[in-house]
Amino acid sequence: MSAWLRRNLFSGWASGLATLLVVALAGALLPGFVEWAVARAVWAPDAAQCRALDGAGACWGVIAEKWRLVLFGRYPYAEHWRSALATCLLIALLAGSVLGGRQLARPARLAALWGIGLPASVFLMAGGALGLSPVDTARWGGLPLTLLLSLGAVGLALPAGILLALGRRAALPAIRVPCGVYVELVRGLPLIPVLFIAAFLFPLFLPPGLGADVLLRVLAALVLFAAAHLAEVVRGGLQSVPQGQYDTARALGFTTWQAQRYVILPQALRAALPALTNSFVAIFKDVSLVTVVSLYELTGALQLALAGDADWRPYFLEGYLFIGAIYWTGCFALSRWSRRMEERLGRG
Amino acid sequence: MRRRFARLLAVGLPPLLLLLGAWLLAGRIEAELAARGIRSGFAFLLQPAGFEIGESVFEFHAGYAYWQAFLVGFANTLRVAVPGLLLATVLGALIGCGRLSPNFLLRALCTAYVEVFRNIPLLLQLLTWYFLLTEKLPPAADAVEFLPGFFLSKSGLAFPLPAFAALDGAPAWPQRGALNIEGGATVTPEYLAVLLGLAAYTAAYLAEIVRAGIVSVPRGQVEAAAALGLTARQRLRWVVLPQALRLIVPPAGNQYLNLTKNSSLAVVVGYPDLVSVANTTLNQTGQAVECLAILIAVYLALSLLTAALLAAYNARLLRRGGRA
Repeated sequence: MSAWLRRNLFSGWASGLATLLVVALAGALLPGFVEWAVARAVWAPDAAQCRALDGAGACWGVIAEKWRLVLFGRYPYAEHWRSALATCLLIALLAGSVLGGRQLARPARLAALWGIGLPASVFLMAGGALGLSPVDTARWGGLPLTLLLSLGAVGLALPAGILLALGRRAALPAIRVPCGVYVELVRGLPLIPVLFIAAFLFPLFLPPGLGADVLLRVLAALVLFAAAHLAEVVRGGLQSVPQGQYDTARALGFTTWQAQRYVILPQALRAALPALTNSFVAIFKDVSLVTVVSLYELTGALQLALAGDADWRPYFLEGYLFIGAIYWTGCFALSRWSRRMEERLGRG
Repeated sequence: MRRRFARLLAVGLPPLLLLLGAWLLAGRIEAELAARGIRSGFAFLLQPAGFEIGESVFEFHAGYAYWQAFLVGFANTLRVAVPGLLLATVLGALIGCGRLSPNFLLRALCTAYVEVFRNIPLLLQLLTWYFLLTEKLPPAADAVEFLPGFFLSKSGLAFPLPAFAALDGAPAWPQRGALNIEGGATVTPEYLAVLLGLAAYTAAYLAEIVRAGIVSVPRGQVEAAAALGLTARQRLRWVVLPQALRLIVPPAGNQYLNLTKNSSLAVVVGYPDLVSVANTTLNQTGQAVECLAILIAVYLALSLLTAALLAAYNARLLRRGGRA
């Protein structure tokens, strides 16, 4: 024990000083934070009690009061159970795909699972049949919207990104150049202008029926944006596959497409999987920006729930911490999974 | 003959289809704009903007033209991005080194920092900074003086100006007035929120890049240098850093570009950056195509500039490597 302490905390004067500084910092900040967040906090949804605190403690009552509006946004209140069910379904699908082990590791099974699960959750949200009342996509919000947009963007952008990456390596300049220009152009842009394009330009040329749906337009923008970023990651994976693999496949009689499909891509995607997962985390975080074009995902739903209510408006910080914890859990779990894959691939 | 035709088709068809698509799209947009009675062209840039901008490095008021508003927006983007990347670099380098410290507590603290700031959306972080700065700080009359001459309050940060930069007669050293802080220079809470948010977020990424760069230098190199009698400082300066920097600089350059692009999120806390000005202009004039074209051109120029700088740096490294 004392050997551990000496090695890890006091191995030299610099280390000892660092230990003292960190301990002093913790001593200065932690008690105040614990007092605010736990000891003096109000947990009941009681606005008067929170006001009496006058900032001396956290008002977690705001979460107890508003959690349904934060999690589900403007979705009709009586139908929140559908949002909740769709969210649980999507989380179960994600957890199953990641933790399913060998049973689910086969692409065909995974595809079947998602092929049923994703449309089912979209149907739960949209309704319009089987006794479920229809809900306009403009009223979808909160966590299910965040999840659906992230999954939809990843699911559609990944195939597009793979095609773009292959296109950038094509022999024909007529294919290579446009793919390269597209990827570099979009990667140079922040997401917000791309969302503005979806909000302001798409309606100008899309047929009215399609252009009227904000959700679809924003999803299209996210896909266009994510495809360029994923293409670059996939290209990295493609570059890690030696040229000899392709030559051998061709010598064995594979056509170009067969060689790509059965020899190159499986290896390239395997190699790119950790980097791809990091991109998925980035997309999940980026979806929070759709709030600037008036879609009320988690962050937007929080603003909506608190800004209009004078009783609860002072407690944004508690709300931010609440949704921050949700985002953090999702991103941290994904990045942990990515690191595990990296280690497994490195070993195998 | 037939094969040649097929090849010609394969080479010529995609660009032809692209051009056709672009032409159809342009025609469709033009027709739609005409139907809505929206003018096109960049002539609007010369007209008076008619809106005020909260903060600006140049003089600006509503009578100034749209192009000047865009310029103010762009200057505001740079005004937050450049100090932001300096701050992020310092913080990122410290935290990256801290993650490799032999000290357990310091290592844990730096790891926690990286994991917290990387795994929460920047938008949420900006909103949180803004809320803390505008709601949890005291009003200007009771500003906190956390360093001599540095006053922090709901209305922003006041700090001393170097004497030569002081504006006509205003005192260079901020002082407590009756209701607010007088003299010195001030920045708004919007600016501070964006600056701190961008720096804290990007620092987490830079820390990982710095750490990976240092880890990549084989232990044997450091041990060999120690065996040759180099001191710890010499080892760092002449053995570790030159090798680590090769791996650190290219991804760090990309992070700098990301920070500049991420400054577009300033729009959510009301800091008038380029995107925010473009958004206001777009809503006033309806000329979405032109406003978005300006945005795309500016960001594209910035990313090409970054790419060119990184390429030049790489070329220099290769030249040096060749000479050694």
